[in-house]
Amino acid sequence: MDTTRERSQAARTAPDRAAVDPALPPTLRRNAPLVPTDSAASRSLAAVIAILTFLAGLCAGAAEIVASSAGQWQGTVAQEVTIQVRPAPGRDLDADIARADAIAKAEPGIAATRVFSKAEAERLLEPWLGSGLDLSDLPVPRLITLKLGDQSPDLKHLRAGLAEAMPGVASLDDHALWLQRLSTAANTFVGIGVGIVALVLVATGLAVAFATRGAMAGNREVVEVLHFVGADDDFIARAFQRRFFGLGLRGGIIGSAAALAAFALAGLLARTWRSGPAGDEVEALFGAFHIGWRGYASVMAIGVIASLVTAVISRLTVRRFLA
Amino acid sequence: MAMRGGHPGADGMDRDGTGANGPLRETATTKSLLSGAEGPVVQFENVGMRYGLGPEVLSDVSFRIQPHSFQFLTGPSGAGKTTLLRLILLSVRPTRGLVSVFGNEVSGISSASLTGLRRRMGVVFQDFRLLDHLTTYENVALPLRVQGRAETSYRAEVVELLRWVGLGERMHVLPPLLSGGEKQRAAIARALIARPDLLLADEPTGNVDPSLGRRLLRLFLELNKLGTSVIIATHDFGIMDSVDARRMVIGDGRLRIEG
Repeated sequence: MDTTRERSQAARTAPDRAAVDPALPPTLRRNAPLVPTDSAASRSLAAVIAILTFLAGLCAGAAEIVASSAGQWQGTVAQEVTIQVRPAPGRDLDADIARADAIAKAEPGIAATRVFSKAEAERLLEPWLGSGLDLSDLPVPRLITLKLGDQSPDLKHLRAGLAEAMPGVASLDDHALWLQRLSTAANTFVGIGVGIVALVLVATGLAVAFATRGAMAGNREVVEVLHFVGADDDFIARAFQRRFFGLGLRGGIIGSAAALAAFALAGLLARTWRSGPAGDEVEALFGAFHIGWRGYASVMAIGVIASLVTAVISRLTVRRFLA
Repeated sequence: MAMRGGHPGADGMDRDGTGANGPLRETATTKSLLSGAEGPVVQFENVGMRYGLGPEVLSDVSFRIQPHSFQFLTGPSGAGKTTLLRLILLSVRPTRGLVSVFGNEVSGISSASLTGLRRRMGVVFQDFRLLDHLTTYENVALPLRVQGRAETSYRAEVVELLRWVGLGERMHVLPPLLSGGEKQRAAIARALIARPDLLLADEPTGNVDPSLGRRLLRLFLELNKLGTSVIIATHDFGIMDSVDARRMVIGDGRLRIEG
């Protein structure tokens, strides 16, 4: 039989093929996907993947906004430290302020200092106490803000110097506690975002596994015929994988594009609102509402990952189904 | 297979299938051309088959299909012809007994070996089993496509075979739009395209007119002369009488060999 095959192969030489190579109808479809693609179930799955990718993209983008905003806040806050000088009985507050300012200026790494006047210090209390009150009788502490230079100052040394010169009166606040809380809150939010993205991808995988099983059941005859004409399990799994990767890619692209469009629209609206009364609050909270290249890359990566998850899960499901 | 340099019918038969040399009465190659040199293509020894807990459809079936042989499988409806073909095709496993295909005992066969064996078989199903979402061309090309061959490498032979079975103008049509006879011919073309060593055909002439039926039979005979073992399951005594070939008759679940 092998001899027959070899003879047949030998007979099928290139010139012979060229001689009989017929003019095919231009509309003839010759390599359609082996697994039917354009079904209601396929469109539904693509829609599910698009929605899940969109939600995952929103989560990733929001986490990115929080992370970058927190980074900006931390950067800004970390560039300043504050000396608080409290009034004490029998002490000259202005002299204490001048002395604290001098100690600060003497510390290497302090780029500039700014002493808040009494009026400025009282104005800081207005949000809590209201305006128009006479606060002259209250022992309102005074503040000196220190701008840090490129070379980081030795804050321990500064704190010790202030405590030694004016014990119980002057203290240094480097915002460490606030920064730590901010960092924890930002990391928690980012962690939640990553968790949601992971859950969405798991949900995508489960939806694809379910859809693949449905497709296998719906295409049982196709699978049977493919087996009879000599297709192995891997070939069939690849056929299904190609089909589902295509669906996943379509859903992933639509979902990612929708998420990117949502962020672009939000950024546009934020810019429009910035001129309005709520603009300051929005900008203070979210910055420019811009997810940056890292955010855009994350959203697009989620689309690609969703497609790959779709392909891998469908292949594994088919292999298990056939086994 | 002659299809590489022209299909069987191209040199031995005219297009209406009657042949230029008078009435069709062929002598099939009933014995191996290399008797004794090659083992049987298919061997059954005391095979029994039942579905679930039902009665045995086949009982103590023993036979051999020699290389290059031609035989009919016949018997009344429901006698077990299709089951026997499914056993040979390895789509079901026997309840008892020994089935060997191309020298491989199939009870513990691996998936890879199973694929290898099936690639050496061509099958024409009674219900055609064409894939409705693929064109006639794609359906016929399927056995070559699953082997991983590029479409350009088999295009000429697929088109040539389609033209020979009279589907040259229908190659772009989806199966639901084909007539019963056209589906039959497409199914036969699909079974033949990969030049199988063993051809199994379940009522291959059941949906075509007598003229085309004779023409298709001629094709099977040409294929057999070129070395393919052929088993045709049929009720059609006219077809069987036109060929001097072994008959495997199934009745009451038992097999009887005639000729």
